[in-house]
Order: sequence, then C-alpha cells, then structure tokens
Amino acid sequence: MSRKSTEASAGKPVKHESAQLHVTGRARYTDDIPLPPNTLHVAFGLSTVAHGRIVAMDLAPVREAPGVVAVFTAEDVPGDNNYSPAHDDPIFAEGHVHFLGQQLFAVAATSYQAARKAARLAKIDYEELPAILDIPSALAAESYVLPTRTLHRGDPAAALETAPRRLRGQIAIGGQDHFYLEGQVAAALPQDDGGMIVWSSTQHPSEVQHMVGHALGRHCHDVVIQCRRMGGGFGGKESQPALFACVAAIVAARTGRPAKVRLDRDDDMVMTGKRHDFLAEYEVGFDEQGRISALDLMLASRCGYSADLSAPVNDRAMFHADNCYYLEHVRIVSHRCRTNTVSNTAFRGFGGPQGMMAIEAVIDDVARHLALDPLDVRRINYYGIGERDLTPYWMRVEDNILEDLTTQLEESSAYRTRREAIAAFNEGSPVIKRGIALTPVKFGISFTATQFNQAGALVHIYTDGTVLLNHGGTEMGQGLYTKVAQVVAEELGLPLDRVRVSATDTSKIPNTSATAASSGSDLNGKAAQAAARTIRQRLVDLLAERYRIAPEGIRFDDGMVHIGDDSLPFKDVVTMAYNARVSLSSTGFYRTPKIHYDKDSLRGRPFFYFAYGAAVTEVAIDTLTGEHRMLRVDVLHDVGRSLNPALDIGQIEGGFLQGAGWLTSEELHWDDQGSLKTHAPSTYKIPAVGDWPREAHIRLLENAPNREETIFRSKAVGEPPLMLAMSVFHALRDAVAATSGPRAATALSAPATPEAVLRALETVTATDAETGDVAAEAGA
Amino acid sequence: MSANGTPIRFILDGELVSVTDVPPTMTLLEYLREHLGRTGTKEGCAEGDCGACTVVLGELDGDAMRYRSINACIRFLAAVDGKEVVTAESLSKGEAMHPVQQAMADCHGSQCGFCTPGFVMSLFDLYLNKPDADRGDVVTALAGNLCRCTGYRPIIDAGCRMGDYPTPETWSRQDAQSRERVERLKAIQHEGLMSFSSSGGSFFAPRTTAELASIYDAYPDAVLLAGGTDVGLWATKQLREFREIVHLADVAELRRIRVDGDTLEIGAAASLTDAYAGLCEHYPALQELYHRFASPPIRNAGTFCGNVANGSPIGDSMPFLLALNASVALRRGEHQRLLPLDDFYLGYQKKALEPGEFIEAVRVPLPSPGQMTATYKVSKRIDQDISAVCGAYAVTVEQGRVTAARIAYGGMAATPLRAPRAEAALLGQPWSAATMDKAAAMLAHDYTPIADMRASAGYRLTVARNLLKRFFLEHGGTTAPTRLDALATDMEGTEHVPQIH
Repeated sequence: MSRKSTEASAGKPVKHESAQLHVTGRARYTDDIPLPPNTLHVAFGLSTVAHGRIVAMDLAPVREAPGVVAVFTAEDVPGDNNYSPAHDDPIFAEGHVHFLGQQLFAVAATSYQAARKAARLAKIDYEELPAILDIPSALAAESYVLPTRTLHRGDPAAALETAPRRLRGQIAIGGQDHFYLEGQVAAALPQDDGGMIVWSSTQHPSEVQHMVGHALGRHCHDVVIQCRRMGGGFGGKESQPALFACVAAIVAARTGRPAKVRLDRDDDMVMTGKRHDFLAEYEVGFDEQGRISALDLMLASRCGYSADLSAPVNDRAMFHADNCYYLEHVRIVSHRCRTNTVSNTAFRGFGGPQGMMAIEAVIDDVARHLALDPLDVRRINYYGIGERDLTPYWMRVEDNILEDLTTQLEESSAYRTRREAIAAFNEGSPVIKRGIALTPVKFGISFTATQFNQAGALVHIYTDGTVLLNHGGTEMGQGLYTKVAQVVAEELGLPLDRVRVSATDTSKIPNTSATAASSGSDLNGKAAQAAARTIRQRLVDLLAERYRIAPEGIRFDDGMVHIGDDSLPFKDVVTMAYNARVSLSSTGFYRTPKIHYDKDSLRGRPFFYFAYGAAVTEVAIDTLTGEHRMLRVDVLHDVGRSLNPALDIGQIEGGFLQGAGWLTSEELHWDDQGSLKTHAPSTYKIPAVGDWPREAHIRLLENAPNREETIFRSKAVGEPPLMLAMSVFHALRDAVAATSGPRAATALSAPATPEAVLRALETVTATDAETGDVAAEAGA
Repeated sequence: MSANGTPIRFILDGELVSVTDVPPTMTLLEYLREHLGRTGTKEGCAEGDCGACTVVLGELDGDAMRYRSINACIRFLAAVDGKEVVTAESLSKGEAMHPVQQAMADCHGSQCGFCTPGFVMSLFDLYLNKPDADRGDVVTALAGNLCRCTGYRPIIDAGCRMGDYPTPETWSRQDAQSRERVERLKAIQHEGLMSFSSSGGSFFAPRTTAELASIYDAYPDAVLLAGGTDVGLWATKQLREFREIVHLADVAELRRIRVDGDTLEIGAAASLTDAYAGLCEHYPALQELYHRFASPPIRNAGTFCGNVANGSPIGDSMPFLLALNASVALRRGEHQRLLPLDDFYLGYQKKALEPGEFIEAVRVPLPSPGQMTATYKVSKRIDQDISAVCGAYAVTVEQGRVTAARIAYGGMAATPLRAPRAEAALLGQPWSAATMDKAAAMLAHDYTPIADMRASAGYRLTVARNLLKRFFLEHGGTTAPTRLDALATDMEGTEHVPQIH
C-alpha cells in the first residue's frame, strides 16, 4: 500500500492539535480541572538546613492554623514512604534531612493560601551536620551516590606519551532549572472501592502509578493516572511528579476528600532537581593539525542527595563525550557525586549535552593552542565512514552524514567569509567584539536501558467512522499527540479531524515508558501504526472477501475506501465491518530492533541510530561589561523524513534557545549554607523574547530519510537541537579570544554570564602579566 | 466572615461583576481562577515576572477607553474596581478567534500552550494600541512574557502578522472604544471614597489627594498601594496580611505629569509607562533604560513614584534621578515639603518619611545647556532583569574642563547612592581618558558592593568603573561602536522565516 496524499498525512506541517485551545485559554491543565468544593489544598513544610538530624518537630501551630484539616508526616504514609524506583527518596524526611528544601511534612487545608500560610508555622529543631555542597568538595571527600564508572578503549596512557602535542584543561558546566511554565501539580480523587484517580502533570504516568500504589499500600490496578497535557516538561516531569501525586493520593486516601498539590514557583525550584552541573578535566594528545590521538577525560557531576536518574544521565554523558569525534585511545572516568543539594534529574539531553560540552571544550582548546580555526580541528576529528567509526562504547557509527551536513551549513552560512569580516570589524572596534563558531551535534537515539524501548497504543473505530486514539506517550507541548494522530490518519486514509487523541491514561495503556529520550514519536508512532494496521487489515480482509478482489486492490484515501473500481466512504466500510462482527478496536505494540547493551562493560549498541545537526552562531560581546548578544544563527538539522516540519522546526528553535539559556544566562546560585538563591524568574533568567537573534536561518536537512526503519523514516527531534547551542558558547569564546587572546577564551566556563565573560577577559590578562607569557596572537 | 462597605465592581465580557467579602489581598488571578472558574489565565510565578497571567485592563480616559496589559497574579482584585477586565477567553466568540489568536495558531506560536494566553493578551494590548506595529514593537511588547518551548520566533511572527487578518466582530479597535463600553464603565465609577472591610482587612481607595492625605494620616501604619508591583509580592510571596491598605492609584490628580518651569513633575499615581514617556521627551537617552525596565505589564501597573518610594538599592529610576538632582514632594495631612532625593534614602529600606507622610510627586530638573547625561543598566539578561549595576551620569564640560559632575549607582550599596569621591576627581579636570581613569579608581572608595546571586562584589566594582569609561567614550572618547544594541539592529538581511511546505 503506497503513501497517500491526504491533507492530514504524515509529513504535513499541520498545527498542534490543541493550538486553538491554547490561544483561546480553553486548554485545560491539571490545575484547571474542576474539582468538588470539598477539595483539600496541600502545601509542604521544608527543611531549612542542608544536612542535619531532626531533633524535634512541633507541628501543633500548623494544625491549629485557620483552614487546616490535617497534617501528614512520614508516619502517616499508609504504604511505602518512598517515591523513586531507586528507593532512596523519602516522601517525607525521616530522622535526617539531606538538603535544604527537603519536604518534612504536608499540610492539607481548605484553601491554597491557608495551606501555604500554615506550612510556615512549624517549629523544627535540627542538629546540623557538615554538608557537602559542590563537586570539588564531593570529589575531595570521595562522596559518591553511585559507583564511579570508566569507559576505556585502546591505550590512552601510552598514546598520550607518544603524541606530538599534549594539553591539559578543564571546564565547569553549570546546571539548569527546567522552568516549565506550569509547575508541578497533581490532584487525587478517591474512588468508592479504594481505588484512586490521580491527574498528574507527568511525563511518566506508569511510574507515578507504581509509586502511588506503593505509597498507599495498594496495587497498580487500584490506581489510575491521567494526563491530558503538561505545561512543559523537559525532563523535569519524568521522575519527580511521583512525589506530588503520592502526597495528593495520601491526603485523599486519609481524608476521603479530593486533594490537590500545586507548588508555587519558589517551592518548585527549591524542591525539584535540575540538570546536573559538571566538572570536566582532561588531558589530550594530538598532532599539528589538531587530530586527537588520545584523550583522558574525567567527568564529575553533582547528583544531589539521592540517585534518582543519575546513573543513566551520567552514562549518557559518557556516551556523548565523543560527540562527532573519533577517539582512538580514550579513557572516560565518570564520578557521580553525592551532595547535600536537591537530587538532580533528567533534563532534555539527559547528560548528553554535558558530555558534549566537555569534548567541544577540548577541541576548542586544541584549536586555540595551535592557532587553527576550530572548525578545521572539528572536521579533522570527525568520525569516518567505513573507518575511524568506532565509538568509545564499541558501537559503529553507520549513518554518518556529518561531512555533507557541515559542508552545506558552512556554505549557506558563509562561515569563512564572515569569519574574515568579523576579524576586520574587531580590528577597528576596541569595545565591542564579535565572534563566530560552528559546532556539530550527534545524538544517540534510544533509552540506554534497553527494556524501556517499547510502547503500546490503542485504537478504537466507532461505527460513525471516527477514531479514538490512545498511546503511552504524553503531551508536553512537543506535538506528540499531533504526530501520532497523523500516523493513524495516514494509515487509515482519513482526514486528521476524524482522529481524536485522548488523555494518556494508565488504565488504557499499561506499563508505559517515560516520554523521554526523544523517543515519543519513534515508539508511540510505531505502536499506533501497528494498531491502525491491524484494524485496517481486518477491513481489507472483509472487503477482499465480499468483493472477491485481491487485498492489493484496496486503498484507503481521503476518507474513502477504494475497492478496485468501487469506492465507499470509510464510515460505510466500518458499519459493514460492525455488522459482520469484525472487531474495530486494537492495541498496537512496538519494540525498537537491533539495540543491545551490556551495562557492566558499557559496550554494545545502545542506540538505534543517531540524529545530527549543526549550527553557526555569531555573537557580539561588550568588553566593558561582559554582556553579549546573539547576532545571527544558522541551523541545519537532521530529522530524517519529517513527520511534521512545523512541529520539528518548533522543537529545533525552542531547543536551541533553551540550550543558549543553559550556556549563557541561566545561573543557579546556592549560598554557602546550601540555600538556592535563584528560585523564581526574578532571579533565574531563562531566555526572553529579545534573546532570539534578529537574523535566524533554521532549516531541516533535506532528502535525508532515516537509514533505519523508523516511523515513516523520521528521526527523533526532542533533545538533539538543544546542543546546537554549543555554537553560542563557542562563538563567545571566539569573541573573548579576539579581545584577550586564545588563553582567555579557554578560561570561559558555562554559563557564560556577563560576569563570566568579563572574568575570562580579565583572568588571563592577570596571568599573562605574571608569567610574561604573551598570548596575544589571533585565536584563529 | 462579615463584610461592609462598597462592593468591588468591574466589567468582564460586558457583564458587571460585583464582589463582596473577599480579603483586600485577594488577587485578580485568584478570583478569576478560583471563584469564576475562568482558568485560561495562568499562574507561572506569582511575581509578575513570567507573564502567564497577563490580562488587559480597560480604564476610562475621559470619554474614551484606554487598554493596558497588566499581571493579574499580583494585582489585587480591589484595584480593578471601576475597570474592564479582558482575558484570553474574552477574545474569541464561539469558534471564531480574534486575529491575535488566529495569528498565533497559524504561526505555530504555541507548544505546551501554558504561556500562550499571556502572550495573546500582551499582543492584544499591542493590537489595540499600535495598529502599525513593526517587529521591534512586537519584541518590546512581549518582553514580559516567558516561553520555555518555542524560541519566540513564531510568536514574533504572529505579532507581525496579526494586523493582516480581517477586522473581528468583537474586540476590534472600534469595538474596544464603543459607546457601550464607555457607558458601562462610567456607570461604576465612584465620585468619592471607595472602601470596604472584610475579615482580611480594610481597603481605602480615595479619589482626591486631600482625602488620601487625611486617610493615611489617620492610618499611618497602612500599606500604601499604588501599582502593587512590589506590594503584590508581599502578599503572594511573603504571605503577609495587612490591616489597612490605602490605594492611591485612583486619585486622578496624582496621575499628572507636567512641566513646571525648569522641572518635570511626576505625580504619585503616574505609571512607569506614562512617566517614562514624559521623561524620554526631555531625556531621549533614557529610552534604552525604559525598554529594559521590567516589562510592559509591570510598567503599566507600577508607578514611577512607587519605584522611588520603595527605594530598592537595585531600582532603576533612582541612579539617574540622583544624578539629575531630583527631589521629592512629600505630604502628610495638610503639610507639604520638598526634599532633595540625596537626603531621602537613609539606609537599606529606610527613608526620610514621617509616619503618615507620602511622596506626592517627584520633581526632575529639565536638561541644562551643555549637560551630558547617560544611564547604563547591566544585568544577566537584556530584557526584564534586575540590575546588577546601574550607573547614571550628569556631567557638564566647559572649555574642555568639567564644571559639574553628578554620578550615582544602583546595585553598589544598601541604597541608590552618589559617588562623591569620583565626582570630586572629575571636577575642574580636563575631559580626558586620564581624568576618567582617576575618577574610576575612586569608585572603590565610594562603594563597598555586596555579592549575591546577581553578581559578585568584584564584578560590580569593575563594571561600575567600566561604565564610567563608557560614558567618556560615548561623549567624545571614541567613534568606534560601544553598544551591542546598535550592532544587533544594524545586522544586514531580513529575518529568515522557515519555509514549511
């Protein structure tokens, strides 16, 4: 059966399925669901010390506050006082607190404000204990939340010895708050039979279901989790919503009343984990062209007080510490630091961006050391095709399109001529300096934990010819529901408005994986396709028999079914099938082929394929203040054969700017007591509208179907574009180099705030003055 | 609960909403969502910094309507009394969307959609007030709306294209000014004091300065509320309760902005939007600061005098007011006095105000011949950020020598503060780079800045020095570019809109 030309079919830039609901204010989020008037509102009491023993907890003033109905501590949890699969995240602290902001108790009151006011009345006495707050302290104390892992291939020690040139360096890479516009929220409605319905803003309904079940001392089949849409997720609603759903469910179970937990922004930012900040230290061996022969890399991340998803996050950091570059002799050591700070978690890229920032810093340092254009050093280290193609984890890169993609972008962005123009500008501009950089992205697609690479879907066709679709993926704005509906419409030859997507619901699709790892449309698109094809085949079989025609002669197109020379409306075929007692409902299932991976040796094929992209960014810095601006960006990104170019462009632009925020303005600041001081948009600065560059050329790589058999040969697009923003960071380094020389550039760490840029400009001036070392030659 | 006094009355979708028995600190957002079940307006931060709660307020301006975006999350419901409230739900009629909404949908301007109603309302403000808006206007209008999904490009596109759609039936520019709307609002205006008491406290909204002065004199511990862009946060963030709130924003005479001789006088109820429009006429160099000062909804609600009265060490108006030698007109009861701003700030959050005394107006001297002035703001993010450092300069040079110099900084001390030693280093000296270097070196003696999440002490001091250098560079020191902004807008080529087939 061939691809059809239906307006709705896959590949068309149709609008987000909720676009009209969004713009009219009718789209309903978890906090918007009407609840009965006896609903209780919940607020948390939080630890005010980073590490300590709870000596006494006086909650009487909380209980006596106006509007308070009940107060809950660890003792009030009916089942297991834990909300994570690793079993190290207590719902309420017991005995000890491990970070400032950890939840000690919850108060349920008749209003949101009453609960918040009451929560502040608790009197808690602590015996304070020494706290480890950052990576250097954790490394010094060997404080690890998980065992250190090492990836090792070849003989890096020997290769470093024999390398023509060697360099040591380091880079600090900051964390990032998700800053989803909709904060964490869950509402629970107790059922008459002991069951519990929870509306949760979550990327992982099944895990929330499990955790709520355990917390209530009940089973999975007692708990239903529903999520129609989230107001943004970005990884922040993968493991963390379980806490809020558990507490809502506990309150509801204990009181028999509906209960809602909604965090205000400050509590959300203090209580929830973020992107791991990293420290990378390296020694690299290379030749005069900058080709790397050996790399010894140490990655250390701040995991916080518990494991959460830190194991796979750090694994992915290791797996992306090659980015696009062949590393013949390599050792990557990964320390997972335990600190008395909030437990860091999934965030778009899931460790990959930090690993890639490390190797890009290495490449940039090498280029500046050799006074070469960093682009030339990048290209000379690219993976080869048929040779130099083995990753440090022993997977061959079989779908390498880097050369072609880079060449196209280098030309369309006029990288070389602009570099010359920038140098000329800088010559006559002592205060404002410009810089430019091209950085590539190669991102592995699949959950590294092989078992998560499965998905289910459920398709119903009703007798009026309309379709109801459900699948295990969640909608957080990325347009997954739209894409999967397009797949089903395509398979059934229907206009898109005949396919209705419904809320993700654990009672419809069981045992789902998180909507994460960019896998949403790859997995759920395939599962939904399978379900639709099953029903379509039943219809084909019926028609083939009725019309005595070969199945190949039957086509579904534009709401019609063509049977040889006859045509019937889809609706009539459906009615015919109903009358013939043919099932019009089917599940669909998909598991990603080819992947395997040994988590002890860290070898295998953890990824089904790679997604590629590259970006050229030009910036200007103000050398008086360190402030900077993006002047222009050019992106060429590989989404295979796009399922929906409009949604894909949206993911690329949004990912790019989110990455730019991570690497420039988004700075998390803890004081020396472990108190997060940037816990609201007044202090934590995500990109605003003025940060989008005036000139932007965002393009999809054309004629590049996925070489693997994915859903209509598309590629995952959720995470990879975030890392295009490395070009912003390296353009800033380029501008710093133009001001203060190559060594100043290598001193720049992330986030490159105005202060960090000014510090980079100044630090090196001081160092050079001390050593008499002149590092003033043009940095490429 | 018992309540007495006047109900809070406002217009929503053509209907009168009359509210009694709510605490004076109940926010408009809370009321829309919790009481009316109107959940299109969202809470993203409860501090006016993300814009998810943006609504448009219609107010009477003589016989016309005036519409401005504001943040519903920090707006007390009582402070929308006598106004029309417009939310995202108001704009569409059945399935027919307003051009702003249609453009947003057509341009793929929403992803998760949570911020979208706020963007729609900021664009709606622009739609009504600037029919010929260009890209720059769109970006300016959206500075207070955060989106975490899109990268903003499709939203900017929507703003640029919304004018191309056919005129809608409701909420066209004509409809917004319809006689019915004006009459409906006129019918709910108060001639005299509007006040009520509930279990949450008392609220007084006088109509005249005299009435305001006498009420505040009677309740000197009351919270004086103007735009509420700071007081709102005391309620939403600090969960404070107030026994009395005296709301001055409805005192029409305090909205006055006028030139009085060689002084510009800005009344206590004048919004930042209006005040800066007046200031920029006389000091065009303030335009840049104005655009980076908070966001349009905050500037529409917040007052200029409130910024001064608040006296935050990182407030953006005070450095240039100190540099320009502004003064504050104070009043308590019948008693009025004029105080130089120099003498107004006594310490962190401490002002030279008697109990019951308030700022009636700020008086700003108009430019004098030969005077060079500039204000520079430095922050982590260009748009809507709080200054790490804000420096302001007013220097007069005659025959190559400095004859007058006033320098003030925000972010460098517990209050906005002048730099007397740096000023002294300039006075009488030749206008040269060497003089500037000497003056810059004195800043370390003028200030001992703090370190916090916005900047380290060292950065603040370095930047303070460098801004002084910039002032020299831009006033005779160099012809080379000194601003990022100039560069960003001079880029050749038009913005590329992705071609989606």
